[in-house]
Amino acid sequence: MTTTIRLQREDFDAAAEAGRLARGRTDIGAVVTFAGICRDHEDGRGVSALTLEHYPGMAEEEIARHVAEAERRWPLMGVTVIHRFGRMQPGDNIVLVVTASAHRQAAFEAASFLMDYLKTRAPFWKLEERLDGTDWVAAKESDDDAVARWDNQQP
Amino acid sequence: MKLLYFAWVRERIGKVEEELHPPAEVTTVSDLVAWLAGRGEEYAYAFENPNVIRAAIDRRHVQPDTLIAGGREIAFFPPMTGG
Repeated sequence: MTTTIRLQREDFDAAAEAGRLARGRTDIGAVVTFAGICRDHEDGRGVSALTLEHYPGMAEEEIARHVAEAERRWPLMGVTVIHRFGRMQPGDNIVLVVTASAHRQAAFEAASFLMDYLKTRAPFWKLEERLDGTDWVAAKESDDDAVARWDNQQP
Repeated sequence: MKLLYFAWVRERIGKVEEELHPPAEVTTVSDLVAWLAGRGEEYAYAFENPNVIRAAIDRRHVQPDTLIAGGREIAFFPPMTGG
């Protein structure tokens, strides 16, 4: 099991990270890569930039706890989570989750599980810049619903 | 204890962190929120709706009824919006 967790201001290369996870291994049959990207609109309004604030120390620890939980639930061979902080513009990468397993179902489900927890439990906050002002992004009920589905479900 | 504030909680209070020593009758996270809210208008503004405030003790999520005894670092922040 190869686990990589990084918080960084710099950009990342999703393809390179996915390649690194599987390189030299012949037992991995599935790699799922999810990249979250800064988009130029939210609720019909234009977004010019996002600034990600985080709680250093806790963010790494909280992500590590959820990666450990994912490893407990699915037969994973590798996990990479990279979350950026600082100011991002539309088109910029924000977050990367890569999961590797022998079969696709575990890799898909673990990636989805990790993203749902990153959205609602990892200590990050988005400040949104628009033409008409700057506001902290409000938490979405749909994200809470997405994470709740894992609470009652054990594979 | 060391208190940390993030996002709009930090902006409203106007501080990133501070060292405070609440009185002994402040035993839970919600007691601490109520005590902080009484420290001035910037704190009252930050904690005007305690239901939306999230907290962590020593870098772990906690609930309003969690006891704060033994905690060295307590953080307050809005619901998280990462990912």
